[in-house]
Amino acid sequence: MKPFQYLRPTGVDAAVRDLTAQPDAAKFIAGGTNLIDLMKEHVEQPTTLVDINRLPLATVEELEDGGLRLGALVTNADTAYHPLVEQRYPLLSKAILAGASAQLRNMATNGGNLFQRTRCYYFYDTSMPCNKRHSGPSQGPAGCGALHGYNRIHAILGTESADGNVHCIATHPSDMCVALAALEAVVRVSGPQGERTIPIADFHRLPGDTPQHDNTLRPGELVTAIDLPANGFSHYNSYLKLRDRASYAFALVSVAAALELERSDASGDQISAARLAMGGVAHKPWRKTEAEALLVGQRPTPDVFGRAADALLDGAQGYGHNTFKIELAKRAIVRALSQAAKLEPTE
Amino acid sequence: MQIQVTVNGKTRKSEVEDRTLLVHYLRDQLHLTGTHVGCDTSSCGACTVHVDGVAVKSCTLLAAQADGCAVTTIEGMAIQDSPTTSQLHPLQEGFKECHGLQCGFCTPGMIMTAADLLKHNPNPSEAEIREALEGNICRCTGYHNIVKAIQWAATHSTKPEPNQQEEPVVADEHLFTNDVTTGEVVETH
Ligand SMILES: Cc1cc2nc3c(=O)[nH]c(=O)nc-3n(C[C@H](O)[C@H](O)[C@H](O)COP(=O)(O)OP(=O)(O)OC[C@H]3O[C@@H](n4cnc5c(N)ncnc54)[C@H](O)[C@@H]3O)c2cc1C
Ligand code: SF4
Ligand code: FES
Ligand code: FES
Repeated sequence: MKPFQYLRPTGVDAAVRDLTAQPDAAKFIAGGTNLIDLMKEHVEQPTTLVDINRLPLATVEELEDGGLRLGALVTNADTAYHPLVEQRYPLLSKAILAGASAQLRNMATNGGNLFQRTRCYYFYDTSMPCNKRHSGPSQGPAGCGALHGYNRIHAILGTESADGNVHCIATHPSDMCVALAALEAVVRVSGPQGERTIPIADFHRLPGDTPQHDNTLRPGELVTAIDLPANGFSHYNSYLKLRDRASYAFALVSVAAALELERSDASGDQISAARLAMGGVAHKPWRKTEAEALLVGQRPTPDVFGRAADALLDGAQGYGHNTFKIELAKRAIVRALSQAAKLEPTE
Repeated sequence: MQIQVTVNGKTRKSEVEDRTLLVHYLRDQLHLTGTHVGCDTSSCGACTVHVDGVAVKSCTLLAAQADGCAVTTIEGMAIQDSPTTSQLHPLQEGFKECHGLQCGFCTPGMIMTAADLLKHNPNPSEAEIREALEGNICRCTGYHNIVKAIQWAATHSTKPEPNQQEEPVVADEHLFTNDVTTGEVVETH
């Protein structure tokens, strides 16, 4: 790891100032579980680390509108096992616990989880071309190693840029963020221009022709909290994560499904609200309200679920090794929705 | 930079480089070599220690991040029963009883992870144990005897908690863990 200057501010404003002083060379560090790894591989080479662990952002608070505010520095483990999260947002607990391992969840923070970078192997290997890593020769050549390389874990949606070219097919690896997308969480940030909020759907971005940027944060901005809206879909939800082995692997495809069901008549239930988000398939958690709209007002049946799956996968494109993900994703959606509607057990 | 860390009950004040990883601080500066480095990429779990009572991977953690914290390593797990002797922790006993180790490289990390599990869940099922161990890799045992060892510990635990800060513990004949006294601030370089 290259040497760096280490700063440890105690307030949000001071942290933002420290970072803004050298926006290209400084990085925040929270749990460090992703950043330190990348620094060891020389993928990230900050010359200043601003340790934010002493900032007062480690609480979970109830909001007046019935929602919940998760501090950026609350660990993933404390969030997943928090009684209010378990009770009102079980989908979020399940998604967090499906990710990483116990020791990592003990260290990883909610803020850091939003920023974790892709697991594309070419991104980690500085001898391979990578447009996402590339910002100068010290970080290896430009190009995309995965596009014509081994791309089993890569994206099938949202990969084309406006000019029809493909610059990066990496996926966002977070499980937590898939649940946050389904729950319509809101990210709170503080920066040199003050505070603002970003809906989770606008927080991460598609690669376009600037895959270096994973999100829409401006230089110097710090995430202070994640707000969960009052409706946690706590009765009917499922997080289904499919991977190459049963534990401790990133998702090939994951689905966060959440439903509200109403008894419409004696013959059964009808879906009155639906949320559907996917992980492992794109540069950001993948959600389309059109797919959800196909569920509302319908009975929860595999056919109905299948139509929503087709809509969410509309435009999907494989790159060879990952083409199987298109069919896998459709089946995963049907299964996750069936689990959420309690038509199928969760294992 | 200077850090102060309470390691296995003993407070240490040390000068470290900003980029020193906790595992290197423990092994190279404190000579507590029970904590192993397997993968160095937070995958294998061999480097698991407790920081403020929870299991974390010390290979992806700056020593600076542990400044002001209490750290427990495998050397701090044995329970002191007299000024000069100590008893193995039930988990250590369990690994011995059930052949929970072959080469032993993964064992310290397995024990530290299992200790965290037993704190929250004193009677875990086999499935719960296997799930809790997802971040610990063993190339020798096939895990069966590790699961049994943890079950053994769960049923033989008199004191499931490793000593944290209250009383220093003596685990071995080690240069640094042997001569522990409470509250003393020791300079190490
Ligand atoms: C072996 C392994 C397996 C894993 N498996 C999974 C998995 O299956 N599923 C999954 O979802 N995750 C997985 N993870 C990823 C893990 O969840 C992330 O590493 C973790 O959430 C990052 O949080 P952190 O606090 O440690 O971030 P850090 O490493 O401290 O920071 C990451 C980035 O975020 C920035 N940052 C941190 N906090 C803030 C803030 N408040 N405001 C602005 N910027 C900030 C930092 O500058 C840095 O660039 C795995 C990680 C490892 C190492
Ligand atoms: S997919 Fe993206 S991250 Fe992976 S090599 Fe291509 S440009 Fe880099
Ligand atoms: S050495 Fe830390 S997890 Fe392998
Ligand atoms: S006993 Fe050899 S690695 Fe586990």
